[in-house]
Amino acid sequence: MKIKLFYFARLKEALKYSTEDLELPDESMTVLKLKAYLAKRGDVWGQMLMGKLKVRAAINHELVDDNAAIADGDEVAFFPPVTGG
Amino acid sequence: MTVRVQTEDFDVGFEINQFRKARNDIGAIVSFVGLVRDLNDGDAVSQLTLEHYPGMTEKSLAAIISQAKARWNIIEALIIHRVGTLQPSDQIVLVLVSSAHRGDAFAVCEFMMDYLKTEAPFWKKEATPQGEHWVEAKSADDVARERWNMKK
Repeated sequence: MKIKLFYFARLKEALKYSTEDLELPDESMTVLKLKAYLAKRGDVWGQMLMGKLKVRAAINHELVDDNAAIADGDEVAFFPPVTGG
Repeated sequence: MTVRVQTEDFDVGFEINQFRKARNDIGAIVSFVGLVRDLNDGDAVSQLTLEHYPGMTEKSLAAIISQAKARWNIIEALIIHRVGTLQPSDQIVLVLVSSAHRGDAFAVCEFMMDYLKTEAPFWKKEATPQGEHWVEAKSADDVARERWNMKK
């Protein structure tokens, strides 16, 4: 399946990516599985996505938790807890 | 309901008058304006940069207004949130609520800010004499939002 990924704030800076198109193996995918998949890219990916920092995720602009399922064509975003207002 | 995410400043008086002139059954308008402070957690702040997630931000703010409308009797609600680079004393956010009576407008203004601070995808980066850093989310903001699950 193909998804579009976005990274924001501290994650964007550390990973040096703001957005990417990603082709994933066609198997059941969740937010947690995607984090683990991306963490294999290297140290900084593991630290940012699977480390001590809190990471929040959105699928198609809706906040979701780690168990949320990801489908073909989804827009997935990873970012730190929000600090607006 | 109106949601605006913009780099430009806003005029609170103008927005209040737009609400007031639109209809004659409004008894109360409550506004909240959030500002950039020159001091945060002991650090002198010279500049604040706000990043957001275009698309999700607007949907998230509209959803907050919808939830408020479902729960309280309000007439109109508006959220303006600025992004980009701001200086101390600059306006960051405006929440404006009109209702027939003040109780609903006061409650909704606070409810919307508590939800905005914990759910709307904005991130602040501060420039200080020690360099730039991302602002950490505060657990007090989560507590402020959670209390709305208990009371009406």
